[in-house]
Amino acid sequence: MYAQMITSEATQDDPEKLAAFQARIDAGEKIEPKDWMPAGYRKTLIRQISQHAHSEIVGQLPEGNWITRAPTLERKAILLAKVQDEAGHGLYLYCAAETLGVSRDELTEMLLDGRMKYSSIFAYPTLTWADMGAVGWLVDGAAIMNQVPLQRTSYGPYARSMVRICKEESFHQRQGFDIMMKMANGTEAQKRMAQDALNRFWYPSLMMFGPSDKESVHSEQSMAWKIKMNSNDELRQKFVDQTVPQAEYLGLTIPDETLAWNEEKGGYDFAEPDWSEFFDVLKGNGPCSVERIEARQKAWDDGAWVREARLAHAAKKRAAKVAAE
Amino acid sequence: MKQEWPLWEVFIRGQHGLSHRHVGSLHAADAEHAIQNARDVYTRRKEGVSIWVVPAADITASSPDDKGSLYDPADDKVYRHPTFFDIPDDVGAM
Amino acid sequence: MSVQGLIRMGDNTLVLGQRVSEWCGHAPALEEDIALANTALDLIGQTQLWLGLAAEREGKGRTADTLAYHRDAWDFRNLLVVEQPNRDFGVTMMRQFLFDAWHLEALKALTEHEDAEIAAIAQKSVKEVTYHRERSSDTVIALGDGTEESHERMQAALDRLWPYVGEMFSTDEDDLMDVSALRPAFDAYLETVLAEATLSRPDSDFAHMGGKTGARHTEHLGHMLATMQVLPRSHPDATW
Repeated sequence: MYAQMITSEATQDDPEKLAAFQARIDAGEKIEPKDWMPAGYRKTLIRQISQHAHSEIVGQLPEGNWITRAPTLERKAILLAKVQDEAGHGLYLYCAAETLGVSRDELTEMLLDGRMKYSSIFAYPTLTWADMGAVGWLVDGAAIMNQVPLQRTSYGPYARSMVRICKEESFHQRQGFDIMMKMANGTEAQKRMAQDALNRFWYPSLMMFGPSDKESVHSEQSMAWKIKMNSNDELRQKFVDQTVPQAEYLGLTIPDETLAWNEEKGGYDFAEPDWSEFFDVLKGNGPCSVERIEARQKAWDDGAWVREARLAHAAKKRAAKVAAE
Repeated sequence: MKQEWPLWEVFIRGQHGLSHRHVGSLHAADAEHAIQNARDVYTRRKEGVSIWVVPAADITASSPDDKGSLYDPADDKVYRHPTFFDIPDDVGAM
Repeated sequence: MSVQGLIRMGDNTLVLGQRVSEWCGHAPALEEDIALANTALDLIGQTQLWLGLAAEREGKGRTADTLAYHRDAWDFRNLLVVEQPNRDFGVTMMRQFLFDAWHLEALKALTEHEDAEIAAIAQKSVKEVTYHRERSSDTVIALGDGTEESHERMQAALDRLWPYVGEMFSTDEDDLMDVSALRPAFDAYLETVLAEATLSRPDSDFAHMGGKTGARHTEHLGHMLATMQVLPRSHPDATW
């Protein structure tokens, strides 16, 4: 997911306060910025929300890669609007993280120096126009699985930004599928691109949900705090079950020979992605990991004079106003 | 010491006659910049809305520990809640 | 009514929209990233209207998309200023400001055009471009006045782009209006903004020409079109 491998922080607070806090969460109450919260809850949330925000910002890059090459004016406008939405979503999420006592600049620096991560999926390249379809269809499809339940998460600012994000994101997956339909029903070359995009994005999409969390203590804590709403396996299964018929509709083949309907569980059996690849990507060895951070670093460095100048101008205006009064 | 653009809270009146509602936050160097950013980020520039921006640092908030004294007294004034009044159906919408 | 005049309007917004969209994901702050995308989206939308009308009036079965994607550089009729590369944020915003200041005056005049369809496009665009000019003006003022470095960058940007300003006011019978008449209003507005921005208008009024006539574009346009047009050109029988 956009926030992967988030380990919940141990918490050493007063047991009585902890119990009262848990009772509030169990009762479905929202926790707000000024409310008392366990240190571990705060830390885990900062890491999770920031990683989600970083994923949105880094996630602008693979799709941004095709804005200048979109094949029609309408496709260009739609893609630009979508990537712009991702910037907006990053912004909402950074603001939610800021309510927990960190600044956006601090978080940005932690992304750039590798202390914080972004979703593994955005370390993969977008090589043809069909990838714009595959990213919308598969990547946004997977993200939505996680984001819809997060609208009910226990932390108020996070839940509210999620509501806004889900509302704006509703067209993202559809536009991706729409591109895939055109490609899959298009020329021979377009069909090839569509199948190739599915081949390349299928397993990275499955990885988005993170490794199986059957054994994870951390997941349990996060689920009790309602900052993680479903298990990784549960969401991955749901994603596969939803996507297989869509691929069939497109006339595309999911690159998994073991894929089969399992009557008993009422879902598909499918092959696990290569988890060693996943851990390599998380370590910064994804095909585009270096380029992604380089691009963010360049934007940050190149923009420094602009950010400083804006502040300097604001200070001069304030001074002039005071002098005039 | 590096400085960051300050944080602003954004309030938008979506339609005439409604009050401004908090929609989110953003960073901007000054008030004019904050208004423009709010327009770009939160309205995607739809016409006919009114925007307020307030420096987040200038907001005074009640402390959650005061919750009891601030909110409990109203709890027994149930007549403040519209559902208290039983309006006969044939009066129509109210 | 001149199809070339419509194509000029549409090529300006197309080429500048394409340039501005290159920023998506790379701007100095998230707020600026989103604002630039809004500008680019407006310009692409205006392109669809202008080139759509041009194609219709031409009556050769072309569309806004075929005009955008299946013409070579010498058939483009945009001003040289909009095909200039983004370079840094200062050049990008100065280019935007200079174009917006011209564009808004041009559109205001076109709202009175005798051709109702032209007036309608102008009317819709005026609303958007009024905001473009407000935002780019404020940015030029803030960055011109801001720090020593930002001041230097903005003055350098103005000096770099100034030779492309004169072309905006050169006119011929293909134009939808006499654009030379827009110069006084442009100059007056420019003066107020540059004063607030503490920037100096360059002395020389030398002007490069050749964009709007197609006689001589800069080298930059060909590269931009190579990127922009690659898919429809490589797959002419495909629909997207």
